[in-house]
Amino acid sequence: MAARADILQGRQKSVAVAGDQPLALDCAKPSLAGSVSQRACVFCGSRVVLYPVADALHLVHGPIGCAAYTWDIRGALSSGPQLHRLSFSTDLREQDVVYGGEKKLALALDRLIPQFQPKAAFVYSTCLVGLIGDDLKRLCRQASEKHGIPVVPVESEGFRGTKKDGYKAACEALYSLIGTAEPAPLAPGIPRINILGEFNIAGEAWILQSYYRRMGVEVGAIFTGDGRIDAIQRAQGAQLNVVQCSGSMTHLAQKMKERWGIPYIRVSYFGIEDCAEALYEVARRFEAVPGILERARAVVAQEVAAVLPALEPFRKDLQGRKAALYVGGAFKAFSLIKALRMLGMRTVLAGTQTGGPEDYERLRSICDPGTIIVDDSNPKELSGFLRQTGAELFIGGVKERPLAHKLGIGFCDHNHERKEALAGFEGMVNFAREVHASVMSPVWALRQSEL
Amino acid sequence: MLLRHTPAEPAIERQALTINPAKTCQPIGAMYAALGLHGCMPHSHGSQGCCSYHRSALTRHYKEPIIAGSSSFTEGSSVFGGQANLLEAITNLFSIYDAEVVAVHTTCLSETIGDDITQIVAKAQDEGRIPKGKYVIKASTPSYVGSHVTGYSNMVKGMIEVFAKSTGKKLDQVNIIPGFVEPSDMAEIKRMANEMGVKTVLFPDTSSVLNSPQSGKYSMYPKGGATVAEVASSGDSSMTLALGPLGAGPGARLLDTQCKVPCQVLDLPLGLRATDIFIDALRKAAGAVVPESIMDERGQVLDFITDMQQYFHGKSAALAGDPDQLVPLAQFLTDIGMQVKYAVTGTPGKKFESKMQAICGPAAKVKEGGQGDLYQLHQWIKQDKVDMIFGGTYCKYIGRDEDIPVIRFGFPIYDRVGHQYFPILGYRGALRLLEKVLTAIQDRQDRDAPEEKFELVM
Repeated sequence: MAARADILQGRQKSVAVAGDQPLALDCAKPSLAGSVSQRACVFCGSRVVLYPVADALHLVHGPIGCAAYTWDIRGALSSGPQLHRLSFSTDLREQDVVYGGEKKLALALDRLIPQFQPKAAFVYSTCLVGLIGDDLKRLCRQASEKHGIPVVPVESEGFRGTKKDGYKAACEALYSLIGTAEPAPLAPGIPRINILGEFNIAGEAWILQSYYRRMGVEVGAIFTGDGRIDAIQRAQGAQLNVVQCSGSMTHLAQKMKERWGIPYIRVSYFGIEDCAEALYEVARRFEAVPGILERARAVVAQEVAAVLPALEPFRKDLQGRKAALYVGGAFKAFSLIKALRMLGMRTVLAGTQTGGPEDYERLRSICDPGTIIVDDSNPKELSGFLRQTGAELFIGGVKERPLAHKLGIGFCDHNHERKEALAGFEGMVNFAREVHASVMSPVWALRQSEL
Repeated sequence: MLLRHTPAEPAIERQALTINPAKTCQPIGAMYAALGLHGCMPHSHGSQGCCSYHRSALTRHYKEPIIAGSSSFTEGSSVFGGQANLLEAITNLFSIYDAEVVAVHTTCLSETIGDDITQIVAKAQDEGRIPKGKYVIKASTPSYVGSHVTGYSNMVKGMIEVFAKSTGKKLDQVNIIPGFVEPSDMAEIKRMANEMGVKTVLFPDTSSVLNSPQSGKYSMYPKGGATVAEVASSGDSSMTLALGPLGAGPGARLLDTQCKVPCQVLDLPLGLRATDIFIDALRKAAGAVVPESIMDERGQVLDFITDMQQYFHGKSAALAGDPDQLVPLAQFLTDIGMQVKYAVTGTPGKKFESKMQAICGPAAKVKEGGQGDLYQLHQWIKQDKVDMIFGGTYCKYIGRDEDIPVIRFGFPIYDRVGHQYFPILGYRGALRLLEKVLTAIQDRQDRDAPEEKFELVM
């Protein structure tokens, strides 16, 4: 394959081409030192998962940067409190490195909790705290006793692994809250679920909630979009956990299954097929409830009837065009490939930051032969692949956007900075509109000049 | 929106915390400075998150791809030290990414475990990991000291340390070290010097790096940036002008110690007076004459101010940002008849408060360091309103809550474009600032005027 020259030594095995042979892709490994990786750290993973809990105090125990760079950068909407959108840091300084940051942390909690009256506090550990050895657990326990709210340590020292380990640390923090309050009794004939791995970016959780309401299913807690501590504390009262963005939250679902016997299913709400399948799967799990399957079918039928004609004009223009994607988790990649196919587009490059061996095998099986599959890539590789494949659309996150634009191809943000809801049936229309607007924009033609 | 979370009273004791910071940490400043060197690959010696955050933040601010390597620390490296990671990284960055210079900065992690970068780089040299004619420069940038401005300044020192050489032969050129300013501002300083016929060496220089054109190609190393040869020659220059005491001062003083190039530390040429001082210093340093074209630019600024002074008079402002910018900004606003009521900077340094109060009067409320945060600024504004806020994007929460216009100023700006292309330094930059201030005032007047007083000619 061409473009091999652009790949770091030691990274050749992290790139493959989909075909009939099973892939043996190197993945789920730490990045090579010196690679301009698009990955982040443990702290980052914890922060993105917990951040949408809107009535909690999120205190970053560390130097200022960790708090500054994660200050409200994710459009996780709240229908009520906005406390999660403030930035709190212990702003550790040199003397704290020498003498420890424990006093500062205790004092910070003493000042902040009475002032902001949060329902709970999350205290994030950072690299520095891991090194100076502050006893976060003890301090949080003491603060909790003193102020009468849960104060939860999040063990998210940046160096202790990848972003995925951060998801796990966040899951542990959430798990410690679940079961600390009594759930309301179930209403007869109305099953209750929790939604896991949904962060309400651009209001997506609200869309899903409306589907479930119409199906006659109660949504207990959402982890963590538009999240509230109270709902999290009662989340053990649900009968089923529905896990989206499986990379981040399967760990929590697994733990809830072990402790409370709550079964879980993994779904995706991106694209018509996957979203319909998600609703059907939930309905099947409660098939003893009279009429639930019919109601699910009615929701899907109604939505699809509205969406399909809306997609048609976009599909006409996008038919046969090539798309590339580089996203955080593999589950999102599967859905995106299917959604792009529905728009008539072909995926020529599919990469993820955190995929595992099974993910890549599945990716291979759903990609067209010839699709480049890559783990933990970097701008140089990505730009090489984009040029080589002639992609006309790139789907990625904040660091990928300017890359696409410099190359003069369309872009769609499917990460924190998405402005439109992309989940659910109406999300598919938004997705199509956004992709269409970018790919078909007249600006790409401006590059041709007589000069 | 955030209104209900910010009461006017009581003040929260800030000894142990910062709420809504008006600063960030050193490494991002070091990364930014390194990008102002041609062919340079910044490298973050720490966890992957740091590098990823800095790249994302700079990408949001510039809408440009930002390159940087990371030592990708793991639990093991944090116990046994990051030497192996850095050595491997140096090899990879040169062999695959074909960097001319690798600029290593540290993080709180590598600083605290005590990695000795000097020794590791020497080892890399010994082991032949650094190809002939290529370089590794370094800066110690622990996140728990100073702020992003300190990191910028430390990387400037790192450049000088390795490259600046005194050959004994003096060159007819003046060094200019800009503080932490935009690529557009760096270009404007060069333009002014050029207009005066003064040969300068300006570094770091992010112009044509972080505002590079769309070409249909991705270039890891855009054509801009000060070259290694240019920085090397700075040791033979007749003089150094440091623009900004915090961002540029330490580098200029190092050049003086290392190569005996005398230096003068000035404020950033922001506003009329500070630009006058810069032009005068440049004139004296190079023995040049101020051309008519520059005097005309100055005259235009003066003309603008006099034509519109009735709008500026008595208007009040709150400022948030870096000391190097805020001091001359406060002077400029005071000069045009406005009143700076509040100013905060997260960058620690006791001089800030006294300098600002000397300019804005003793009644002005000023805070620096961890206590100089945007929450404090918001509380002051709630107690007594101002007509406008100068600051980065995060000030927009205050602006929305209090219905006050925010003039995007400083770093970071995530929600507007323009800072990459249009300077705020020099006389031209002063015109742009004046236009922004006047537009904020007049837009507000148009919006709020009762119909019978709604004016056509303003």
